[in-house]
Amino acid sequence: MIEVNFIHKAFGDKEILKGIDATFFQGKTNLIIGQSGSGKTVFLKSLVGLHEIDQGEIIYDNRALGALNNKERKALRTEMGMVFQGNALFDSLTIEENVTFALSMFSDMSLSERRDRADFCLQRVNLPNVHKQFPSELSGGMQKRVAIARAISMNPKYLFCDEPNSGLDPKTAIVIDRLLQEITQEFDITTVINTHDMNSVIEIGDHIIFIKDGTKAWQGTGEQILNTDNPEIVDFVYSSRLFQKIRENM
Amino acid sequence: MYLLKWLNDLGRYFLLLGRTFRKPESRSMYYKAFISDLDLLGLNSLALVTVISVFVGAVVTIQTAFNLDDPLVPDYYVAIATRESIILEFSPTIVSLILAGKVGSNIASTLGSMRVSEQIDALEVMGVNPASYLIAPKILALVFFNPILIIISMFLGVLGGYFASMGGVMTVSDYVYGLTVDFVPYHITYALIKSFVFAFLIVTISAYYGFFVKGGAIEVGINSTKAVVSSSVAIIVSNYMLTNLLLV
Repeated sequence: MIEVNFIHKAFGDKEILKGIDATFFQGKTNLIIGQSGSGKTVFLKSLVGLHEIDQGEIIYDNRALGALNNKERKALRTEMGMVFQGNALFDSLTIEENVTFALSMFSDMSLSERRDRADFCLQRVNLPNVHKQFPSELSGGMQKRVAIARAISMNPKYLFCDEPNSGLDPKTAIVIDRLLQEITQEFDITTVINTHDMNSVIEIGDHIIFIKDGTKAWQGTGEQILNTDNPEIVDFVYSSRLFQKIRENM
Repeated sequence: MYLLKWLNDLGRYFLLLGRTFRKPESRSMYYKAFISDLDLLGLNSLALVTVISVFVGAVVTIQTAFNLDDPLVPDYYVAIATRESIILEFSPTIVSLILAGKVGSNIASTLGSMRVSEQIDALEVMGVNPASYLIAPKILALVFFNPILIIISMFLGVLGGYFASMGGVMTVSDYVYGLTVDFVPYHITYALIKSFVFAFLIVTISAYYGFFVKGGAIEVGINSTKAVVSSSVAIIVSNYMLTNLLLV
């Protein structure tokens, strides 16, 4: 479980996060939603420590991120996996080397054990025959799956995904969403996903936080979001014609 | 204002160096990166250094012979002048300046692209020290290989002069004799010390500009140019300082 208490983050004079409180639950797909520019990515990057917060605290199962020394922070990071918006795969490495990178860096596994682990992770994301290929040789959806395989290679306790569906067609996006949900439940991970894709919200949203202008404007479940009367949520959720029609028929 | 920005950059540069020289997470992974960088930054520069050194050595010989065309100056003086020009200045400094363009822009653009495509963030989230993993093997590779390149360049520069002498600007025997007259071995040491320092400056300055890129492809290009300009200026300035320190 990850608890976030009243975090603030500013870049120069511009305050991006204005005191957000949130809890992200283990074994659930926790979604952060909001319009582009609402502060979602800064929030997610603050959670993993890529941005140092100005105020507040982030607690990983009773470990306050800000109070950890370098060694403890490194240890915590080996418990994290992250899928970046642009995948962030290492272009000069093969898919297998990408997936086993953290294992090669931090574990005492032999080469064959690492290869077995890569096999398992790539099988898990339904990519069995791409080991020797390079990221540039794969499609966007396949690269996304490799990024997920890399993120789960170290058996993470916490999985973070920044816009995992961006740039994907709706069908592939749903496949990726379901994969993330399955992995979350199967390995009992605390998964935090940043998205503005309403399909994702309805498909996999166990616990949802809506951010607007750097503050938490609403929280609830996938079902609650469709029935809420909160005007800000209604404005966001039903902004497309498709969802407006769905609402009319509800 | 400009001074403050410069001081800020200098401070960040030294902080980055501090992050770079930390204990590696995995020696075998760093060794693999070192071997890969040795190939990319060192061996890949060999052809360029070869061509430039041979032709510049030949041109220096011809120009020196042209300028020393005096019956009172023995012909073998041309070879002495060529040898000293190549050992003292051309090979360590000019070749390093050329490498600052080739290697420096490569390092800055590679790290810059990794930054904008979030690969550096990915390393950080994994718990890897990106400064150390990405920069330290490059420093070691170039500091190790630059002196080798410089020695090869010296040899090929002198060989270029030999070819020029075969072309008729002077006799070959005068050229070969001149190469051995008043030779000071310390000048090689001086050149090698310079090549170590220049290699360090090229990698660290270029890495600094690449590592802290903000934005996209345009900023990567801008920072690559800045990396080449700044490392070239640093080479020129440190060349003067080292020469004062080691030769005067």
